[in-house]
Amino acid sequence: MKSTSKNNFTSKLGGFFFLLPSMIAVAIFVYGMILWTVNISLSNRNSGYVKELKNVGLKNYTDLISDDRFTHALSNLVKFTLTFMIATLLAGFIMSLLLEKGIKGEGFFRSFYLYPMAISFIAMGTAFRWLFNTGRDGDAAGLNLLLKNVGLGFLQNDWILSEKGAMYSMALPAIWQMSGYVMALFLAGFRGISDEMREAARVDGATEFQIYRSILFPQLTPTLLTVLIILGHVSMKMFDLIVGINGKSYGTQVVAVYMWETTFDSGNLAKGTAISIVILLMVALVVVPYLRYVNKQEAYRQ
Amino acid sequence: MTHDLVDRLTEKHDARVSKRKLTGSEKFWLIFRYIALTLIWFLVVLPIYVMLVNSFKGVDNVYLVDAFKLPIPLDFSAWPVAWNGAAYFPHGLSESMFRTLFFVIQSALISAVIGSINGYVFAKWKFRGSNVVFTMFLFGMFIPYQAIMIPLVKLSNTIGLNKSIYVLVFAHIIYGIPICTLIFRNYYETIPNELIEAGRVDRASMVRIYRSIILPLSIPAFVVVIIWQFTSAWNDFLFAIFLTGGSPKLSVATTALNFLTGSPNAVYYGMNMTASLIVSIPVLIVYIFLGRYFLRGMLSGSLKG
Repeated sequence: MKSTSKNNFTSKLGGFFFLLPSMIAVAIFVYGMILWTVNISLSNRNSGYVKELKNVGLKNYTDLISDDRFTHALSNLVKFTLTFMIATLLAGFIMSLLLEKGIKGEGFFRSFYLYPMAISFIAMGTAFRWLFNTGRDGDAAGLNLLLKNVGLGFLQNDWILSEKGAMYSMALPAIWQMSGYVMALFLAGFRGISDEMREAARVDGATEFQIYRSILFPQLTPTLLTVLIILGHVSMKMFDLIVGINGKSYGTQVVAVYMWETTFDSGNLAKGTAISIVILLMVALVVVPYLRYVNKQEAYRQ
Repeated sequence: MTHDLVDRLTEKHDARVSKRKLTGSEKFWLIFRYIALTLIWFLVVLPIYVMLVNSFKGVDNVYLVDAFKLPIPLDFSAWPVAWNGAAYFPHGLSESMFRTLFFVIQSALISAVIGSINGYVFAKWKFRGSNVVFTMFLFGMFIPYQAIMIPLVKLSNTIGLNKSIYVLVFAHIIYGIPICTLIFRNYYETIPNELIEAGRVDRASMVRIYRSIILPLSIPAFVVVIIWQFTSAWNDFLFAIFLTGGSPKLSVATTALNFLTGSPNAVYYGMNMTASLIVSIPVLIVYIFLGRYFLRGMLSGSLKG
């Protein structure tokens, strides 16, 4: 392969040529547009009526620090992210543990656990809005009714309308949606480990618990990393789910929703773009190291 | 890498489900696992169950406290209202659903063609720096689209693209390039280089090798990409709401639904649940019949082989 591709200069050029349209499109619409966004965020385009556009430096960014609504959205996002990541990781991992040895009906359970990934949250929002109904006891509906009926009535609460717990409740539908995905990744991870290793340990007299702890779990570390990156960046971008369930309501506003409101309702493009760049930086912080890691692994494999 | 994530996930593990008689503690754990799996199953199904039963209770006959109950007798009246509209809902979903179908199919097909060409180059015709270019593409898959949205809206307003549904076809094609390229590239990596070499020995050109060797082998990857682009464009709300500005003339399934179930109509629970279900039906059909391919597309986002 190596020797022929060396003197095959024209075909290499051909590859470049075929890729060119997409390269230009990505350069313009991903990287160019990001730069354009940065450019707007450095201007005084704070309403539609600004006559003289000028560069105001980082003012829009420093203003965010003292903007109560932004810090509120940011702290909401932190609460949401922590709850969502920990719970989804645990739920997905437990689901994969229950399935990994193979069980009759596995395909049935697996397809049901994964269907939430296929449906839009604008649609699921309708069902969740009802599940989060705040009526209690006699008027209980949704989750409160369910809790009451299984004898956990003391857990009834105001869900996404409660003052302190709104974001923790908002994490529930996200956990509901992503657990299956995490399960799939871990399940594939478990099945990438050869059966011989288990057998060998068993022959050596290791208990099932020991096999999991010292043989299987350590080999799932790369999968764990992938799961954390995926959940982290999904969480920071969370938008549809929150809009679908609770619109732009202040109580459950996160950064991406606040950006929408700032841009659409207030027409404050400078601030809207500054918020977008903050989201981009947060996402890049987790994704860029991951891309480097994946790259290194591939180079190693080849 | 013929043994990818999905294969690993779904392969039968006969070796582990052994035929011998189970010991007492093994029996206990098996029962425990079934109980746990069933409990989780109920939680997962709960929201779609609620949508389903309440869609057969009429437009506004759903009493909040009864919403878990089965619809007896069945009342189908909410379905035509959600689909066609009625006096209190001037816009039914029908028009938006067809519009969505129209644009989603086009963007899925074009995305697949572009992804296939790119993937072919990245897998089989690497040039100096192509790995860097590929990583730059991948980053485009993870970005929050808010970071490009405002310039994109400005641009589409300036050139008048915001007047037609093609603005969404365009957006989904452009921002679908990274994932589509990735799926095809990973697929083509599994095709042995010897096949390409054989073509070269016969002095076949790059395009010729693509047409007569690669393309006939690509059908599974095409299915994965088309399904992935179909569902993600169908479910997309962010691009739709920004690029069409909520204009009813350009409403798609998600934006129409968001408008329909909005606060003034919140009391029509039966109708809202029905409308939500109608919007989900196309993607549910895809999931039920082509779930394996959907899964493949979904897991490719994790970048693992």
